[in-house]
Amino acid sequence: MGPVDFTFLVGGPAGAGVMLTGRVASKALVRGGYWVFATNEYPSLVRGGHNWFLARVCERRVYAQRLPIDVLIALDEMTVERHAPNLSERAAVIAERASIRTALTVSVPMSQIVKEEGAPLVARNMVALGAFFGLLGYDLNLVEETVRSEFKRRSRQVVDLNVRLVKRGYSYGREYEGALGFRLPHTSNSKRLFLTGNDATALGALAAGMRFYAAYPMTPASPILHFLAAIEEDAGIVVVQPESEIAAINMVIGAAYAGARAMTATSGGGFSLMVEAFGQAGMTETPIVVVEVQRPGPSTGLPTYTSQGDLRFVLHASQGEFPRFVIAPGDVDEAFYLTAEAFNLAERYQVPVVVLTDKYLAESYHTTQPFDATSVRIERGKLAEEGSVKRYAITEDGISPRAFPGTPRAVVRANTSEHDEEGFGCSDPAVVRAMVEKRQRKFERMREEVEARSDSVKTYGYEEPDVTILLWGSVKGPALEALRELEERGIRAAVVQVVFLAPFPTNRLRAELEGLGAPCLLVENNATAQLGSLMREHLLFSPDEVLLKYDGRPFYPHEIARKAEEVARK
Amino acid sequence: MSETYSTGRRPVWCPGCGNYAILAAFKKALTRLGLEPWKVVVISGIGCHGRVTDYLRTNGFHTIHGRVLPLATGIKLANPELVVVGFSGDGDAYAIGLGHLPHAARRNVDVTLIVHNNMVFGLTTGQATPTTPLGVKTRSTPRGNVEPPLNPILLALASGATFVARGFTGDIEHLAWLFEQAIRHKGFAIVDVLQPCVTFYNTYQYFRERVYKLEDEGHDPGDYEAALKKALEWGDRIPIGVFYRVSKPTYEQLLLRQKEPPVKVEPVDVTMFYELFR
Repeated sequence: MGPVDFTFLVGGPAGAGVMLTGRVASKALVRGGYWVFATNEYPSLVRGGHNWFLARVCERRVYAQRLPIDVLIALDEMTVERHAPNLSERAAVIAERASIRTALTVSVPMSQIVKEEGAPLVARNMVALGAFFGLLGYDLNLVEETVRSEFKRRSRQVVDLNVRLVKRGYSYGREYEGALGFRLPHTSNSKRLFLTGNDATALGALAAGMRFYAAYPMTPASPILHFLAAIEEDAGIVVVQPESEIAAINMVIGAAYAGARAMTATSGGGFSLMVEAFGQAGMTETPIVVVEVQRPGPSTGLPTYTSQGDLRFVLHASQGEFPRFVIAPGDVDEAFYLTAEAFNLAERYQVPVVVLTDKYLAESYHTTQPFDATSVRIERGKLAEEGSVKRYAITEDGISPRAFPGTPRAVVRANTSEHDEEGFGCSDPAVVRAMVEKRQRKFERMREEVEARSDSVKTYGYEEPDVTILLWGSVKGPALEALRELEERGIRAAVVQVVFLAPFPTNRLRAELEGLGAPCLLVENNATAQLGSLMREHLLFSPDEVLLKYDGRPFYPHEIARKAEEVARK
Repeated sequence: MSETYSTGRRPVWCPGCGNYAILAAFKKALTRLGLEPWKVVVISGIGCHGRVTDYLRTNGFHTIHGRVLPLATGIKLANPELVVVGFSGDGDAYAIGLGHLPHAARRNVDVTLIVHNNMVFGLTTGQATPTTPLGVKTRSTPRGNVEPPLNPILLALASGATFVARGFTGDIEHLAWLFEQAIRHKGFAIVDVLQPCVTFYNTYQYFRERVYKLEDEGHDPGDYEAALKKALEWGDRIPIGVFYRVSKPTYEQLLLRQKEPPVKVEPVDVTMFYELFR
């Protein structure tokens, strides 16, 4: 038997606790020393339909989900029907009752057990959870500890009841222990984190000193609002849910002008509403951070699915010309550290920064080492002496010292109209030219910064590859897993990830691709290859092949590996 | 005395524009309140009124069209020690920015909103706004306005504003008195200012003949129902003065409680939340 590497799926209607079951199961495994990657799918409704939570469990860090399914936890019959075609040869199905010839069936009378224990029907998922761990022969104490921790805000009575349900399920599963062909030893007591891209983004912002957050609910960005609202008191921050995205971003700009580090998050539709104010931040040189969690558009599109369709949109959002940063994390670690860094970049250059993620990164769970919050530094950039009034002083690098309102004997004048050094409205052509050039000089400095940063382009895999996979954002996860699958087939691959999309790391990217010298496969979760168009624009570069996916679903590693193999063997 | 708050820039408004009266009255109010310029933040929207930030030696933010209130709210929440005053026009506050007004009012954020209500778009050369009276011919209503006008006082009262007043630029002294009270008020204060547009809709004579002061006729600003009744009065007699005033906890008090204001930038110790992810 090789190292532990298996996939489980929890499925059921919305409202049946699918996500909770998957999360608790994963956390128990992470506590025991395993690495879990999990993603989910749910339609935009509150009750009914079909939700699923798909997790891959490994002894090494894992970056993406994989099929087929080894253990199917079915909270309804539809789950069995839907996922039967994706079961592995050794698969087990945990269900109320199911007869499926291709897999081992672990029948658990969940409804009867919850009735006997006096629990509501929705608690069937706890019985299923227990059966899952019984089947795996996993340490029951660890499972109990995880359940107690997950429900610690509930009453003692509720917690005890859930633990009883888990134990009853466990004994049913135990009868089949070993049937899967492997057992799961409890390897270590791990302190690793199991969290989503949204969680990591929120933590990164807090570590950077963001103490003002305003956001209007929009899937898939809302979990950031929920998390920050839940910890508002402990963190000592201000969280506001205003009347619209327009209000949210304007509040954020107001708070940033006053001197706070402020952020908002939304998806493409909400960002559409924010665009005018985004330009206001550019013109008034007010540093703000906007997290744009992409979902498929245009318009309402697919609210609960994933896409990378907004890259060109955020790059060009708003009228006029002004500098901005657009940064696309590819995993939870990058989501944490780059969101924290976004505040430094925003304040050092006095520009708006977009942290561009998507549903797949934002709502999928990764296992990672605890973030090193002590490594996050707060750099506020140039600050003015007391009494200074030239908010837009012309300087060599284009960056004017900032003062905050309330500074004794200073008045700070921000202006969305073209203005002079003191912030007074001005249309004199010489002054207009000077101001346009000042903002442009900031852009030049930002470009130099991006070219100098080792994290603006990242490369993984072989140094002399047979094929190079070029991507941005959340495609990183499936691509890193594809590297391993390709390796198993004797193909050496490299992955090049563009992390900074604006300013574009032209030289760094050119050097990287020329150094690798292999045929290039561009992979994007959109229909028009938007990074591809940037490559042509900035590098006059065209990839040899393009792999695009635009059905709202993320890539699976095998899809990328298959295409990369074709390119490598051409 | 008002020189403390002057920038020395000459306003570019039309001669006779009501904006001059609002600016003068506002400086008077600041002087009487003895506010130091660096403690005051003035936010203006888009329209003729928007230039007011150029003429006031205080902190200023000349924002985009209609967004005075959310911007002001963000500033106040980030640093509650600042005195925050928004200037807006009837187009800015009641057309494009109307989505924000009831919310700022019901939250009771401690911000003062002064609306230059001249019942017409001036800077874009004379189109109808939500307060243009029925039948008035403008460049966008050449056959006469068919849309009944909005009642800003009634809207503010219905939304839960804790200080609601109306002023008239024909009486600077009275206007200064209103501004002073509005700024002093802890909570959301709105002063709708009847202001003629000498170029596109000159109503000086019309208002001068009709306005009367609520305080002269024994109106009790603590009486909400009386305020609602007065808000509906519009015709031969038009009331100015304080319609309504009530004391309630402010938004920033409720949100901030014992917290440091957000302008104090320091990292939050995120390790305390790690247990949530295990």
